This record gives sequence, C-alpha cells and structure tokens, in this order.
Amino acid sequence: MTHYLEFEKPLAEIEGKAEELRALARTNEEMDVEGEAAALDKKAAAMLADLYKGLTPWRKCQVARHPDRPHCKHYIEALFTEYTPLAGDRNFADDHAVMGGLARFGDRAVMVIGHEKGNDTRTRIERNFGMARPEGYRKAIRLMDLADRFGLPVVTLVDTPGAYPGKGAEERGQSEAIARSTQKCLQLGVPLVSIIIGEGGSGGAVAFATANRVAMLEHSVYSVISPEGCASILWKDAEKMREAAEALRLTAQDLSKLGVIDRIVPEPLGGAHRAPAVVIENVRKALDGLLSDLSEKDRETLIKERRSKFLSMGAQGLAA
Amino acid sequence: MNWISNYVRPKINSLFSRRETPENLWTKCPECGSMLFHREVSENLNVCTSCDHHMAIAPRARFAALFDGGVFSTVPVPEPVADPLHFRDQKRYPERMRAAQRETGEHEAMLVAQGEIGRTPVVCAAQDFSFMGGSMGMYVGNAIIAAAERAVESQSPLILFSAAGGARMQEGILSLMQMPRTTVAVEMLKEAGLPYIVVLTHPTTGGVTASYAMLGDIHIAEPNALICFAGPRVIEQTIREKLPEGFQRAEYLLDHGMLDRVTHRKDMRDELIAIVRMLMRLGPAVRGDLPAPDPVEALAKPAAPEAPDTRASEPAEEAKPE
Repeated sequence: MTHYLEFEKPLAEIEGKAEELRALARTNEEMDVEGEAAALDKKAAAMLADLYKGLTPWRKCQVARHPDRPHCKHYIEALFTEYTPLAGDRNFADDHAVMGGLARFGDRAVMVIGHEKGNDTRTRIERNFGMARPEGYRKAIRLMDLADRFGLPVVTLVDTPGAYPGKGAEERGQSEAIARSTQKCLQLGVPLVSIIIGEGGSGGAVAFATANRVAMLEHSVYSVISPEGCASILWKDAEKMREAAEALRLTAQDLSKLGVIDRIVPEPLGGAHRAPAVVIENVRKALDGLLSDLSEKDRETLIKERRSKFLSMGAQGLAA
Repeated sequence: MNWISNYVRPKINSLFSRRETPENLWTKCPECGSMLFHREVSENLNVCTSCDHHMAIAPRARFAALFDGGVFSTVPVPEPVADPLHFRDQKRYPERMRAAQRETGEHEAMLVAQGEIGRTPVVCAAQDFSFMGGSMGMYVGNAIIAAAERAVESQSPLILFSAAGGARMQEGILSLMQMPRTTVAVEMLKEAGLPYIVVLTHPTTGGVTASYAMLGDIHIAEPNALICFAGPRVIEQTIREKLPEGFQRAEYLLDHGMLDRVTHRKDMRDELIAIVRMLMRLGPAVRGDLPAPDPVEALAKPAAPEAPDTRASEPAEEAKPE
C-alpha cells in the first residue's frame, strides 16, 4: 500500500484507478484493460514528474518525513557489510534512537552512526521517532572516540526531528551532550562524512553533522527549527508552516547555494521511498567519492580543514 | 566646537543613556512585586533589594561593574552579511533589527570587552537578552570568535555571560551553524591552555546552551536562572505532565551536576577574580579599592583592525557614575 502525501492526492486517484482496472482484469479474463491502464500510467507518470519538478520547501519537508522513506537502518543494511552494532554510553543507558557500530564500506572499515526513526508503531516507539536523548549523543561520542583512536573514518546518517524534549533528557544534560558531541566531531583526526537522509532537525543534527563533508539527499531538509515551530513563534500561528518553510531556506538546493553543504545526492522521481534501491546506490556512490577525497589527508589537515570550513561558513549570504 | 560635538555627540549620548533614565523613578520587581527606587536597583546591579530576584542587566552596565574602575575597551567584531537569507515573517528581518537597535541603543546582541578584573587581564563577552532575545546569529558567532582570538592573542582567560532564547531564526541554517562555529572558538582557548568560564544568566536556552554555554571549564549560574535545551512549555506539551517546582532553574541544574556553582551577582566579581587568578597560577588578588589602571597602558595593547562600528573604535570608556 503506497502512502500518499497530501499534495499527491490527485496522483493517488489516477494510480488507484489503474490498479483497480488491473485487479478487475485479473478476476475477469475476457476484459482487456491494458490499453486503458497504460494510458492512466502515462498520465500518472506525467503528473508525478510535474509534482516533483518544483517541490515547494514545505512539500520537501513532507517528503523528507515520508513514513516509507528509507531510514538509517535500511542504509546501514544495504551499504555496509559486517555491521557490528555497539551499544550504550557506559553511563546510563543505550539510546535506541541512535544506531551505531563498526562496519565495512567496500574494503574500508568505518564507524557508522545515525538516527533511526522506526517504520511501524512498535519500532517508532522503540526508536523514540528518531529523537535522541543525552545517552544517544554520549554513545555517539564514545563511538567517534573509538574510531579516532583506531584510525577509522566516521560516517554519520542524519535523520531526526530534533533532540528529545523530555524531563529526564533535560535532567541528564541534553544541552551538554549535544555540545560535547559537536565538539567531538571537531576534534576527530579521522575523516568525518555526514549524509542528511531525511530531516536534519536543529542541534540534534548538528551534533552529528559537524563534518569534513556534508551531503544531503535531494528532498531532505536541514533547519534550525521546524517550520511549524518557527511559524508558531514568528507568525504566532502554527498553520503558517508553508511560509516559514519558505523563509527558513531549509532545502538542499538553498543550503548548497549558502555553502553549508558540499553535495546533493539525487533521489528517484517521486522521492526516495518510490525506489529505495536507486537512492541507496546513489548514496553509495556519493559516500565512496567523499571518503576517497579525504583518505589521503593526515590528522592535522583533517582537523584544520574541518575547523576552517565552519569558521568561514556564512561569509556569503544568498544572492539578492 | 564643531557640529560633531554640538550635534552628533549629544545625539549619540542620548541614544546610549536612554535606558538609564527611567520614565519614572520606580521599578517594579517582576518576582515579588515590590516597588523599588530605580537608583537603588541599578546600584544593586539590577537585583531586587527586597527579594534578591536577579533582573536582566545590560552588557555595558555589567562590564562597568565588573572591570576595575569600570574601565574596559571594546573588542571589535567583524560585521557579518546583513540579512543573509532575505528573511521575512510578519516583518522583514532588517526592520526587526532596526527596532532592536533603537530600543537597546546597542548594535547587536553581544558585546566583547577587554580589561582587568582584580588587576588580572581578561576578555569578557556578554549577551544582551533585550536585543532580540539575545539570539545567536552570525554576529554573535563572530563576537565569540573575536573574543576567543583576542584572549589567545593576549594570553588571557575568557569569561562569557550567556543570555539567549536560542538561535536567531531569521538567519535560518546560518544561525544553526553558530553551534559548530562557536565550538571552534572554545577549542582555540582549550588549545592555548586558557580558562574559559561561562556565567549562565537568565535565560540561557536552546542552541546557545547546546554549544558554547555548556562547554566551559567552569560553569557558574546566577540564582534562579532558567537554563535548558527545550523550554518548559515545549516539554509539558510533549510529555503532558506538570513539571516539578524549580525545574530547569540554576539550583536544579546544580543538583543535577550541570553547574559548578550558583552565585549571587554581587559576589560574582570577587569569585571570578579568585577563580581566574588560581587557574592562571597568579597570587591572590590584593583586596581594597583598586584605582583604575592607567588608560595609556590599556591603549598600548595591539588593536585589531577597527570595525566600521564607531563605538567599537572608542578605545576605553569610563563608566558614568549613576
């Protein structure tokens, strides 16, 4: 069952009709519906292309949050071999919103860390919808530290609505955990490559994405605040999220123009969820390229370049 | 006498002194509701004389009370690109900026200064909550980087007074990028072996807490300051339960191990002097009424390229007696 987004409703109708016709033909052998169904398919394909040609920022947010979008777990399973999950922050707990462990990317041994949102009610609750608590960031810090000591590149996959706003999370130092994770990213003497695969939600994303190279999927978003949050503060009306999404410049395309990200990874027509195998292949190619770029650099260069990359960020605004 | 001294200077002075002349002579304490004589409150560093509630204090007033003899020189901050995203909500961002500048008489939400406390050279940065909620954008990032660079250059500690609602939404992703940028500044101090002391004041929340405000060598907070990542309202909406009394207040954070100390504003200067001198392996400060350091000496320090901001080029300012 395809899950359609609100703006895809007309498309849902056409694709639904084609599906119905085919179902009918399966029960009734005399009916020839292929011609009609093919015409509907063609119409649907044209509409899909049209819808995704110029996605508004708010629609991109919806695509980035699509429930069927491939999540961290899918990428880890498809892109790496010998994935060996490592758990716990050695202080309090293991946060299931953050996955991480040793893995092999091609021949390279790496440390992979990412936010996992879950795919059904049970796993979403288990993963806390990808909203990490301090122990999640502290686990990430521990794994980055481990990678650093053994000279393994670190790959982070970012997909979070933000860090979890909860009582226990605050008591255990959510802010401090995020700040330390960002600091750890800046201290790493190994390559750090980050890919924003869905939502890059504020500080919870920065804690993983203070990287030598940051790539974003074509329809992913990265922002200081959710459009809804921004709308309720600045417009005093959470329903103004379309305007807020526009104003925040949170799309991969805008962030590339601002020099905040280094590469955009293309998605299949209709978004990553329509052809997960395609987007995973695209991520593989991008990751391979980005890691190869950095593989020759020594510790000092990696640290120095990462620092100056962030120091010089924002020197230019968007052209008028 | 020319038009500058006759016209421009009074104009500038009136801009600066506006907030020091109250519309009436009384202030109401927002906590206990007592009517307080304005002069008494400002002499008491904006702490309520009846209930000890710590009200906001502007960076200039704080520095005037902090530095020896109230003498300090401002450290120039590189001016960032204005309105980088052409942001517009119900108002345009530049309009909001101008309104904040008019209201506060300040240029932006952070002031960086250099001077001496207890005859110990320090660099200080203070965030101004009255300027667009103290929000962290490119300018605040530049200010913290400039402060760290000046501290490294002069081999002196950095004391940072935080106060902010978080990142400045009008600068979108670039405000978010101040989290790693300011963390680089903290790294510079760490590498240079210089103390970085954070004084968390009311309120310090969001991306500010989740970056430079929680990376200090020592964390001191003012009493009852709200310090958090997510605000209490957001948490209550998420977990749908009432939060305990004093949740996310300075004393609560102290109990939960996030702070070293909670210190009354009137004791802050002495405490900072003691800490800084011990960390810098200097002898105890000489107690007594210290005269202001020789302004010529203060001037002789190498100055970074002057910022276009006219106030930044003033070498030293004497605190006006209130």
